[in-house]
Amino acid sequence: MRYLPLTHDDRTAMLARIGAKSINDLFVDVPSAAVIDRGRFALPDGQGELEVERHLSRLAAKNLSAGSAAFFCGSGAYRHHVPASVDHLIQRSEFLTSYTPYQPEISQGTLQYLFEFQTQVAMLTGMEVANASLYDGSTATAEAVEMARRITRRAKVVLCGGLHPHYSATISTLAKLSGGEIIAVPRRPGEREELAHLIDGETACVVVQSPDVFGLLHDLRPLAEAAHAKGALLIAVMNEVVSLGLIEAPGAMGADIVAAEGQSIGNGLNFGGPYVGLFATREKFLRQIPGRLAGETVDAAGRRGYVLTLSTREQHIRREKATSNICTNSGLCALAFTIHLSLLGEEGFARLARLNHARAVLLAERLSAIRGVELVTQTFFNEFTLRLPRPAKVVIDALVEQNVLGGVPASRLFPDDSAAQSLLIVAATETNSTDDIDSYARALAKVLS
Amino acid sequence: MTMNNQGRPTTAGISGATLPPTLSGDHGLDHEEKLIFELGRDGMCGVDVPEAPAHTARLGGIERRRKIGLPGLSEPEVVRHYVRLSRNNYAIDTGLYPLGSCTMKHNPRLNEKMARLPGFSDLHPLQPQQTVQGALQLIQELMHWLMELTGMPAVAMSPKAGAHGELCGMLAIKAAIAARAEHRPRVLVPESAHGTNPATAAFAGFRVDQIPATGDGHVNIEALRAKLDTDVAAIMLTNPNTCGLFERRILEVAEAVHQVGAFFYCDGANFNAIAGRVRPGDLGVDAMHINLHKTFSTPHGGGGPGAGPVVLSKALAPFAPLPLLVSDAHGLRLIEDRSALSGDSDPFGRMCAFHGQMGMFVRALSYMLSHGADGIRQASEDAVLSANYVLSSLKDVMTAPFGEGPCMHEALFDDSFLNDTGVTTLDFAKAMIDEGYHPMTMYFPLVVHGAMLIEPTESESKESLDRFVAVLRGLAEEAKAGRLERFAGAPHYAPRQRLDETAAARKPVLRWTETKIAEAAE
Repeated sequence: MRYLPLTHDDRTAMLARIGAKSINDLFVDVPSAAVIDRGRFALPDGQGELEVERHLSRLAAKNLSAGSAAFFCGSGAYRHHVPASVDHLIQRSEFLTSYTPYQPEISQGTLQYLFEFQTQVAMLTGMEVANASLYDGSTATAEAVEMARRITRRAKVVLCGGLHPHYSATISTLAKLSGGEIIAVPRRPGEREELAHLIDGETACVVVQSPDVFGLLHDLRPLAEAAHAKGALLIAVMNEVVSLGLIEAPGAMGADIVAAEGQSIGNGLNFGGPYVGLFATREKFLRQIPGRLAGETVDAAGRRGYVLTLSTREQHIRREKATSNICTNSGLCALAFTIHLSLLGEEGFARLARLNHARAVLLAERLSAIRGVELVTQTFFNEFTLRLPRPAKVVIDALVEQNVLGGVPASRLFPDDSAAQSLLIVAATETNSTDDIDSYARALAKVLS
Repeated sequence: MTMNNQGRPTTAGISGATLPPTLSGDHGLDHEEKLIFELGRDGMCGVDVPEAPAHTARLGGIERRRKIGLPGLSEPEVVRHYVRLSRNNYAIDTGLYPLGSCTMKHNPRLNEKMARLPGFSDLHPLQPQQTVQGALQLIQELMHWLMELTGMPAVAMSPKAGAHGELCGMLAIKAAIAARAEHRPRVLVPESAHGTNPATAAFAGFRVDQIPATGDGHVNIEALRAKLDTDVAAIMLTNPNTCGLFERRILEVAEAVHQVGAFFYCDGANFNAIAGRVRPGDLGVDAMHINLHKTFSTPHGGGGPGAGPVVLSKALAPFAPLPLLVSDAHGLRLIEDRSALSGDSDPFGRMCAFHGQMGMFVRALSYMLSHGADGIRQASEDAVLSANYVLSSLKDVMTAPFGEGPCMHEALFDDSFLNDTGVTTLDFAKAMIDEGYHPMTMYFPLVVHGAMLIEPTESESKESLDRFVAVLRGLAEEAKAGRLERFAGAPHYAPRQRLDETAAARKPVLRWTETKIAEAAE
């Protein structure tokens, strides 16, 4: 087997040194009833690289990849162009095959990029501090809710109607464990939400997504004021962080915690994972942050260096009193994020955001000009919602036949909501050419005619 | 001055004690690298993004009004920066990485190549299911491998890492208990457990009750029995345990736990010692997460991403979280909400958005197919053989607290061999860095004093193990002989000497700011 360096002779010599007659002697503690014979598994034997590649390529070929269609899906995962150097750099052995940087003297590469990542996330979100990543946007949001409940010692959690339903479900899964009370505001696609009257002295936090799951942008300032007036925290959630190149940072609009999906910078779609959760907050809440933090310090020779810090919040030190149980996070995805954002820089990032918005505006104009199609979200970044004259799922399935992946039917996200049946959530990014947009408009007109 | 076999001097001299400091501050291949924010200039960009065509903005008046503060760099500058950073990291590709409990085995590049096939990497999680049948088939195949290798009837695929898998398993247990209308607030966790176990149990709303270990590194069954009662929801047990030992009374543990109606959660972090030889399902396990980034070689990536699927017993299977993968006349289908459920399925909720770590699934399946069931068994055996070889080769100079019998895939030592030497576990480990090795896991598990947990994995040749053993023997002998120069303040040859962690925690600096530069310049 190509991955196993020991030869038969090596194994024999090693057993001799150990004083064991056979490998079975090393498994003496296993109850004999639990020992499995060779060949008992309904599984194939090993294969060469060529055979494995052939098999997996065949599975891959059964899928319609985004790049081989006119592609317009969003709803929490966005297709952006990732520069070739990003994927090359994250495959450097020293990044790819290292462990969590517990030995800082020989892990400065990881620690320094985590410090850069934290700085970038804090800058983008307009917050004071950020952690070294969580699993994804949904788990980051659920952790934010738990943190808000720890800080305020209150139970009530108000979720805006425009929150991604997978995020709401993730929050509910965790919050009910610790006695949280979830208040879910009814969905009103494309409309501003009135949440202020739901916030009271028992409210731990208000969770608002902008752009929301329908693409609508929200001014967080009135909500932040309403929350703060009752001593509650405002958690701002984002699915699409490229929007921050163009719209005001949530920190500048009064958010106390920002939880976001960072996939759209540096990371591919990957059918839903791995992604990277961004988590940023105010400095005063530092000791309540979940997950790892890289911090600056000096070495014995006085040189600047970085270490994992404030680990007394974490499970490996604090055990059952930790702020979270998280251990492994999304290190390499965070690196991809950091490299991509470094390549873009201030100007490139702003241009990318403007280009996304321009593409979406053009697409919205073209599609809503089709008879029977109505634009539901009047303000948006790169994603918007349409009301179609027919069930959106049927339309999307028909569009596949035209080689168009035309968005996500709202019914996929809200299956029990009959009002969502006709709604289609559509995203456009810099990867969509004018030809793609033309193809989509033509195909949609044809399907609806 | 010593010479190498080409007649070149080998004395390093890089400490600078006898040589003048370099003018640049760099040393040969070893470059000091600033933060990215201290490089670059306004207006530069490493990506050619075209300016947007004319359009009427629809942002509704919340446009960004201030700069973000990102530096501008060209592509070559960014590439050089991150390549230079990478060179300050130790990695499994550059050397033996004996971190016990972490399983730093070889990460085959075939897996990377497969995960990057556009048919997997360029799929949207919510595109129509008829367009992703190959991806769903891959997940189904991986599920089959996991269930088959563990002898368990179900598996939940969405957890994103080991700790997330633990949470998933404990939530399934919680749901099963709620379905029986029982009240079981307590979870038993051995003191040797990974920190994630008590943290998870607490996160899941349970009260953690610790069970002591026996003098020989196993769970104390008598103490366990004494604590078992009808208010116990589960035991969370790692097997093989964190002392590197197989819990030989595991069947008794399972029986006792089940007798009071509680569940057996197994931390599967050490499954790589037994995969292909022992099925956890035969040990009475009700739930176990599998770290694909340990046992099945997906890269650790400096701290993730991982993946933590959880295998479940028949009793827990109905409570597996959404989404569920089912097969019907139309092919494979993801059930993403409760309204589409059938049978006795009663999911406790959802662990995260979408369907799990697909990129890691592809890598893990690629690894499994390469090894096959026979190769996985061989890998487990080689991992155990290598750990025992290290244990046998070192136990006369280092102290193995449980060294009487064989270990599993990890060799545990304590620090009593360093008694009265003035060298601590930390010093010893840091001296290993100077010898070109990443240290072993230190001070864990907590059940022995000054623990050193060595996991060589199956990826090392005998020659590599011999060299490693020779270095550790040498260090142990140096310490005992009182030659302490190499330990005091080690490492000396790393990119950094010991870092001041106390200062870092006392006055945390967690991000770069422009003002800091100004202060530093003063």
